[in-house]
Amino acid sequence: MPPRQLHEQIPGLRRYARALTGNTWAADDLVQDTLERACSKWRLWLAGSDLRAWLFTIMHNIHASEVRKLVRQQQLAPTGPWEDEAQQVAEATSDNDIRLDLQRCLMQLPEDQRSVLLLVVLEDMSYADVARITSAPLGTVMSRLSRARSRLQTLMNAPAKAGPSSASAGADIVPLHRSR
Amino acid sequence: MHTAPNSPLQQDDMHAWVDERLTPEQLHAVEAQLGQHPAQHNEALQWRSQADALRVLHLDVLQEPVPAHLLESAQRISTYRHGVRQWTRWGGMAASVALAFACGWWGRPALFPGDELAQTSRTLNRGFVQQASTAHAVYAPEIRHPVEVTSAEQAHLVQWLSKRLGRPLRVPDLSAQGYVLMGGRLLPGDTGARAQFMFQNTGGARITLYVGGVTDASPKGSQDTVFQFSNQGSNRSFYWVDHGFGYALTGALERQELMALSEAVYSQLDAP
Repeated sequence: MPPRQLHEQIPGLRRYARALTGNTWAADDLVQDTLERACSKWRLWLAGSDLRAWLFTIMHNIHASEVRKLVRQQQLAPTGPWEDEAQQVAEATSDNDIRLDLQRCLMQLPEDQRSVLLLVVLEDMSYADVARITSAPLGTVMSRLSRARSRLQTLMNAPAKAGPSSASAGADIVPLHRSR
Repeated sequence: MHTAPNSPLQQDDMHAWVDERLTPEQLHAVEAQLGQHPAQHNEALQWRSQADALRVLHLDVLQEPVPAHLLESAQRISTYRHGVRQWTRWGGMAASVALAFACGWWGRPALFPGDELAQTSRTLNRGFVQQASTAHAVYAPEIRHPVEVTSAEQAHLVQWLSKRLGRPLRVPDLSAQGYVLMGGRLLPGDTGARAQFMFQNTGGARITLYVGGVTDASPKGSQDTVFQFSNQGSNRSFYWVDHGFGYALTGALERQELMALSEAVYSQLDAP
């Protein structure tokens, strides 16, 4: 694939990854993993098809499987060191800045709802494209979008939370140091 | 889309309204419904302002310079592609070549730093493809003498032209694409002898394959073949240079069909 086009995709991928993971380093790790997988799998790219959608699909798949892995780890060892780090990051950003609040609220959404919402709003992907990228039926995409929007609205409207419990209740743990 | 004005809005319609994906007609109907259902209207407005906030989230990241390690990862993809041999171990056409045909890497400026081959080939081959195109225009309409030696003497034709061009030639079999060989002829070109093979389909459409040696200005060690496309009036040509030989396939065809034929020609002529 023409490298110039590929380079042009990177800022968008970084930004989406940043919103998806809530963390700068995890985001760039995710983008790097995406590019590396794109390299090894580029023969599978259907020539003439949408390069951007293909890259987002790869990123979605990598992130989804990382989250599943972390959820399993969390169930097995709920007091791992990374959980403390994630809490520290969450607490360090506790100010009234609406953007940081928005990102923190986003992290409270289940991963499948968050990714659908971001693909639709941040990336302006069509609902059909989102269905393809997330390998889900269109109906499922729309219902995830509804739940994401409602839930995010509730979180944004709620009074400011205090304390560590908010970081772990139903939220994804942010992978700060990814094992390879 | 259900747009009965008194019924509550369907969720799908609400999302489409929030995301501004409605046609003006649909918008009118949906807003009429929203007007009837204040609670939904309120929710939709909240969702829209939520979307507005999301749209500016991490906008700064878009403006940041891309970290070096990510640029390197992206560059590895193109380096990998550039270094991949044209033929896989089992003789199939390498995906990079198939991809080149499929996604239109022709006639473009150098794809990446150091890719002078594309520039040189383009300048060099414009003369070649013009000659191919002229030869096609001159001989394809011929009724009595379209070719000099017919396919009835195919072995002789190939032997003769191979000798004159100084390289063993192969005639591609395009029967799978509906074209049969009519025959060929010898032609003069600016750098020496040229061969023209003519094919015809059941509809009487003719294509010509024009072949001959060209000065190979490709950088040493370059593995890539650059594929180019050219329009000359109603005739289109697909052309490439490979190991010092130029090839041009010409016809009054749609680009897609010409591309498929060129791919078939290339895969047969260049196979080890």
